Amino acid sequence: MIDILLAILNISFLQAIVNMSTPLLLAAIGDIYSERAGVLNIGLEGMMLIGAFSSFVISYHFNNPYMALIVTIIIGFGLGIFHAFFTVTLKADQVITALGENILALGLTSTLYRIIIGVTEIQPECPGLPVLYIPVINRIPVVGDIMSGSNILVYIAFLMPIITYIIFEYTSFGLSIKAVGENPKAADSLGINVNVIRYIAVIISGIFAALGGASLTIGGLKYFFDNMTAGRGFIAFAAVIFGRYTPLGVFVGTLLFGVSDAFQLRLQTLGIQLPYHIFTSIPYIVTLLVMIFSRQTSFSPKALGKAYVRSS
Amino acid sequence: METLLELMGITKVFGDNVANDGVNLKIFKGEIHVLLGENGAGKTTLMNCISGLYIPNQGKIFWEGKEIQVKTPQDAVKCGIGMVHQHFMLVDNLTVLENILLSGLRKRFVFLNKKQQKREVLKLMRSYGLDVDLDAQIWQLPVGLRQRVEIIKVLYNDAKLIILDEPTAVLTPYETEELFKVLKFLTAQGRSVIFITHKLEEALRIGDRISVMRRGKIVHTFFSTNVDKNLLVRLMMGEEIEERKKKKSSKVEKDKRETILDVRDLYVKNNQGTIAVKGISLEVGKGEILGIAGVAGNGQSELVEALAGLRLAIKGKVYFKNKDITNAPPRLLRNLGIVHIPEDRHKHGMIGEFSVKENFLIGSYYRYPFSKRMRLQHEYIEEYARMWIKKYNIKVSDIRMKAKYLSGGNQQKLILARELGKFPELIIAAYPTRGLDILATKFVHEKLLEYRDKGTSIIFVSSELDELREVSDRIIVLFRGEIAGSLAAKEADNQTLGFLMAGGAPLFSERK
Repeated sequence: MIDILLAILNISFLQAIVNMSTPLLLAAIGDIYSERAGVLNIGLEGMMLIGAFSSFVISYHFNNPYMALIVTIIIGFGLGIFHAFFTVTLKADQVITALGENILALGLTSTLYRIIIGVTEIQPECPGLPVLYIPVINRIPVVGDIMSGSNILVYIAFLMPIITYIIFEYTSFGLSIKAVGENPKAADSLGINVNVIRYIAVIISGIFAALGGASLTIGGLKYFFDNMTAGRGFIAFAAVIFGRYTPLGVFVGTLLFGVSDAFQLRLQTLGIQLPYHIFTSIPYIVTLLVMIFSRQTSFSPKALGKAYVRSS
Repeated sequence: METLLELMGITKVFGDNVANDGVNLKIFKGEIHVLLGENGAGKTTLMNCISGLYIPNQGKIFWEGKEIQVKTPQDAVKCGIGMVHQHFMLVDNLTVLENILLSGLRKRFVFLNKKQQKREVLKLMRSYGLDVDLDAQIWQLPVGLRQRVEIIKVLYNDAKLIILDEPTAVLTPYETEELFKVLKFLTAQGRSVIFITHKLEEALRIGDRISVMRRGKIVHTFFSTNVDKNLLVRLMMGEEIEERKKKKSSKVEKDKRETILDVRDLYVKNNQGTIAVKGISLEVGKGEILGIAGVAGNGQSELVEALAGLRLAIKGKVYFKNKDITNAPPRLLRNLGIVHIPEDRHKHGMIGEFSVKENFLIGSYYRYPFSKRMRLQHEYIEEYARMWIKKYNIKVSDIRMKAKYLSGGNQQKLILARELGKFPELIIAAYPTRGLDILATKFVHEKLLEYRDKGTSIIFVSSELDELREVSDRIIVLFRGEIAGSLAAKEADNQTLGFLMAGGAPLFSERK
């Protein structure tokens, strides 16, 4: 017991929480835009995986992690357009579309990895994003210690809840997104272009999901393996529901999963005589438990999951 | 008079159905122009063509003498056309201010300066004498105020033409008066109003000119000062409608009535989790129609759903013929002889995707003679459906046709036939005539009265005071989940009812 307490009562545990939360936070915060606009994006998992893969490949080939970051943003943009094209323009079922995207992403990345990198004995590593030193933040006690050693994606991830809050509360863009997700017909009657808003929202979601994936490779392990996201996209999606579609709530939700992930990693290193699978399943069990207590649906945007068809 | 808007030959076709057939219409500056017609006459379709929600198949629209193309709602707003839809175009969980700002987003920058804009909106509201709490969320507001928000939205966009689609359908008499004052004020300032309604008295009271619409065409336009009421009705209906017969009240003497339904101190929550029905107690006697009046959202829906077994009562008891049926499941209630005609017939009354025949089965499909050893008895079912279709004169070309393709009146007849066909002892009818035209409404009234005379007890919820007074034996008024007053229908007049609906104290109560 004391071992466990010692393992979590230190700065490096907090750092682990930050690192574990970053991919979830990026994907989940981006997803708020999509969900609030009324488009389910359960394709987060696939988008993250593709983001992780593409950032790894670019960084590996060109030896430039920042270039990989920019390419990943472009790819995330494309993924958003892809999802929006099916769900908004073609009005396809949003769940089924995402299901297809997730399966496609898994097959695509595994196959392309074998084609581009090949099967190797040692996992090839790519250059990772360098540590970003921001004087103001790093001089704050504790926070500075936690954030030391963080790369740009971590900073972006932890800034996003604030930016998103401002966008939803104080900008006309945020207001339009909320209106489109709650009552697209009303928004349409007021001259808000429902489809354009939904496209933009889904694209934002695509970009941040891809960045979430990138934070696993160029922002984390520096290598790529099959299905490396391992359901993190789904956890991010769960965090959005848990957080009631608000930036602050989602922030708390992802931290909760980040904590459970960091905790299970610590437990593994303590050498407790239990199969490690039990520890790795902790974040998923937490997800299920959390869902039991947040099943109330009245917080979800009213038009969520429904394509908008102007009756004619 | 100067013409603001002119329509020439507007035609709009949906499939085989010609909703607007070469409509010509002129709207003058500063007038209130009433568009009068039955449901399905094409009034709303025509207005949707002007406000950019529909694109007409043919015809031209002129605005201040120039031809304009209205392809999207944005185009209409830019011209200065503002529409207040029958189903409000408001986002329920945004605040009033946010809803108003939404309507003017195009002229704003990236950041909403809520403080400054709040001041602007307040100034606008004051100049028109319109008052709403800008920080309240829409779902918290009564319907009358929601409509006011819609009007402010339109004014915020500086609309020169304001279209109101059946604006009084959801208002109390008092709120209606307020609305009329606002409209008069607007036209005095040179703005024009198109007022859509199917209520004759209203048309005559508020309109400067009245255009009668029937079957997609404008039959005639009058100045409201020189118009014959009977002629208007004839033009609207296309046939002579006999004066409604004064109905006889219930045959059974009040004191001798056996109590069928006894509700004691009932509490029910709404979807938001707040208490919508606060300790209601009521009794319904055998062969009595109990009317329930109230502005929508004062607990009627929750009360009805609790009685029909669709919503849990958190406190209180319900007895049906002295048997405790509190929170009993719907199937048990139906087997006891309680039927429910739901408020929203599309959502809860029928399954649009199912055939007419299948819709007759809902609620009794498992039961002999509809089903025998778990097999549906199609021959019997078809015969049964045909019999009721004939009896209720439901216009159906084929019983295998999807129910959603029936007109509103025929859908309601189908539901009535299905429910009343069980020869119930208690009918819970929530807004059974909502959205129906005069003939279908009359049919529903006749059926309810016919069953009452057979000894069936009826709970009749409606927002139309006239029909409540006409059909009910006794009327109770709900206000904020409580009974604000209970009157004998004979003693009730619209003024008293309206007063009670707005939360006032009863002027006089039922004599006991």
